[in-house]
Amino acid sequence: MSGNIDSGGRIHPGDPVVVDRYTPGARANHWVTAICLILLALSGLALFTPSLFFLTGLFGGGQTTRAIHPWIGVVLFLSFSGLFFRFWKLNLWKREDGEWIAHAGDLVAGHEERMPEVGKYNAGQKMVFWGMSLLIIVLIASGLTIWDEYFFAYTTIPTKRIAVLVHAISAVLIISVWIVHVYAAIWVRGTMGAMTKGQVTGGWAWRHHRKWLKDLVTADRQR
Amino acid sequence: MYPPLPNPGTGPSAPKFGEKDLVRRSASTVTPPAQRQTQVAKLIDVSKCIGCKACQSACQEWNDLREEVGTNDGTYNNAHDLTPASLTVMRFTEWDNPETGNLEWLIRKDGCMHCEDPGCLKSCPAPGAIVQYSNGIVDFDHTKCIGCGYCVKGCPFNIPRISKVDNKAYKCTLCSDRVAVGQGPACQKACPTQAIVFGPKDDMKKWADGRIADLKSRGYKTAGLYDPQGVGGTHVMYVLQHADKPEIYAGLPNNPRISPVVELWKGLTKYTGLAVMGAVAAFGFVHHMIAGPNKVSAEDEANASKLAGGKS
Repeated sequence: MSGNIDSGGRIHPGDPVVVDRYTPGARANHWVTAICLILLALSGLALFTPSLFFLTGLFGGGQTTRAIHPWIGVVLFLSFSGLFFRFWKLNLWKREDGEWIAHAGDLVAGHEERMPEVGKYNAGQKMVFWGMSLLIIVLIASGLTIWDEYFFAYTTIPTKRIAVLVHAISAVLIISVWIVHVYAAIWVRGTMGAMTKGQVTGGWAWRHHRKWLKDLVTADRQR
Repeated sequence: MYPPLPNPGTGPSAPKFGEKDLVRRSASTVTPPAQRQTQVAKLIDVSKCIGCKACQSACQEWNDLREEVGTNDGTYNNAHDLTPASLTVMRFTEWDNPETGNLEWLIRKDGCMHCEDPGCLKSCPAPGAIVQYSNGIVDFDHTKCIGCGYCVKGCPFNIPRISKVDNKAYKCTLCSDRVAVGQGPACQKACPTQAIVFGPKDDMKKWADGRIADLKSRGYKTAGLYDPQGVGGTHVMYVLQHADKPEIYAGLPNNPRISPVVELWKGLTKYTGLAVMGAVAAFGFVHHMIAGPNKVSAEDEANASKLAGGKS
């Protein structure tokens, strides 16, 4: 198998060509993580600023919001770990990624044809992946430190103060990364299908992940 | 002797302060009352304390709390620490005075200091769960507390405790319910030596001056009042024999203030954080308005077909 594809990829000739991008397992794993992240953002923001405290109403009040938020965090951590082990290999940094970053302005300006050919993930997606991975580790570690219901006795109050600050800052960052992730999926039409049906069209793969498509075709011929 | 507060009448009386006297309310804005009530304070004279714990008993009695039967840890501390059921505890310290060679038994009644600049209130995310009245009392409203423990992190004195029973924060109320009807706190009422006195803060300072003069005349050169300005002053003050080193009194902080970490968290982080998230979302919105969607063209599909079709 070439370095740009994984076991989930498969090509179906036709008009248009259809390409399998994510297995049902990967999609289920993604959506469990997504739901957790949204619930965590809503419950977390409710405790972050008084102007959003009303969001506690979605969770049955302040007490239940406070109680449930860390548990959702644990589920997210486990779920994201699954995604991490599924996706980390194809998210390793490659030579073309630096070039891609250098041309990021062209992408935003609508000149995607000037971008280098990339594999299953482009440098932007890789940064989202590694950004999320890093921030989730920081969030779970700082979150456990301030999970006073069970872990109060294990750290000092000055440590907890730093943890709560770090937790807030990394939450702001991960929500920002999440907005970028969601916006990219909306802006680049045809992307959503990858995570709903598991498939994208050949044209989508040609346009955005040509190396991945080429390697899939090669792999298909060898099969 | 400080003149004792008169006993209350037997008839019902309206509370002397309430919602309309709030100067601060957690996670919300209030319009402070035009006229501030007389600021009150509890003055704890450590030099007069005999360690009888009548104040602890009175506190539990008045607040209908019962501490669990504990164990002896080899000191007189009992309870060993503040708990949701022990809103005040006596902390016993045996201090070897290097100047005189005397062993001094320092007994400090610990509990909420009722800061003028309350770190607990400023950290609290639940609207109205912590309030500050214009007379200086900082009080918790348990119906609104969510048990997050942010007050514990905000407090410079390590006072609030979260109950394992109902997951709510507890601390001394300065007997706001008693003060509201013209009484002093239960601990003050019970103190047999007037080591605890209660009244208008100005009067308490004057009373402390007399006590400090007396202590100085007895050789305690550094006797003084503990009313830390880092938290805007407190509505519980101490007369200390050695006011230059409050930390010898079981870790009473020297120059306490709200932790800069807490201020950064509740200040800059909150506003910058909201701005950053808003800016990222706004960028996406504006970009889509200007650039439009990134669509796959018919040419892309044709290229893909050509590439894939080559094999079949």
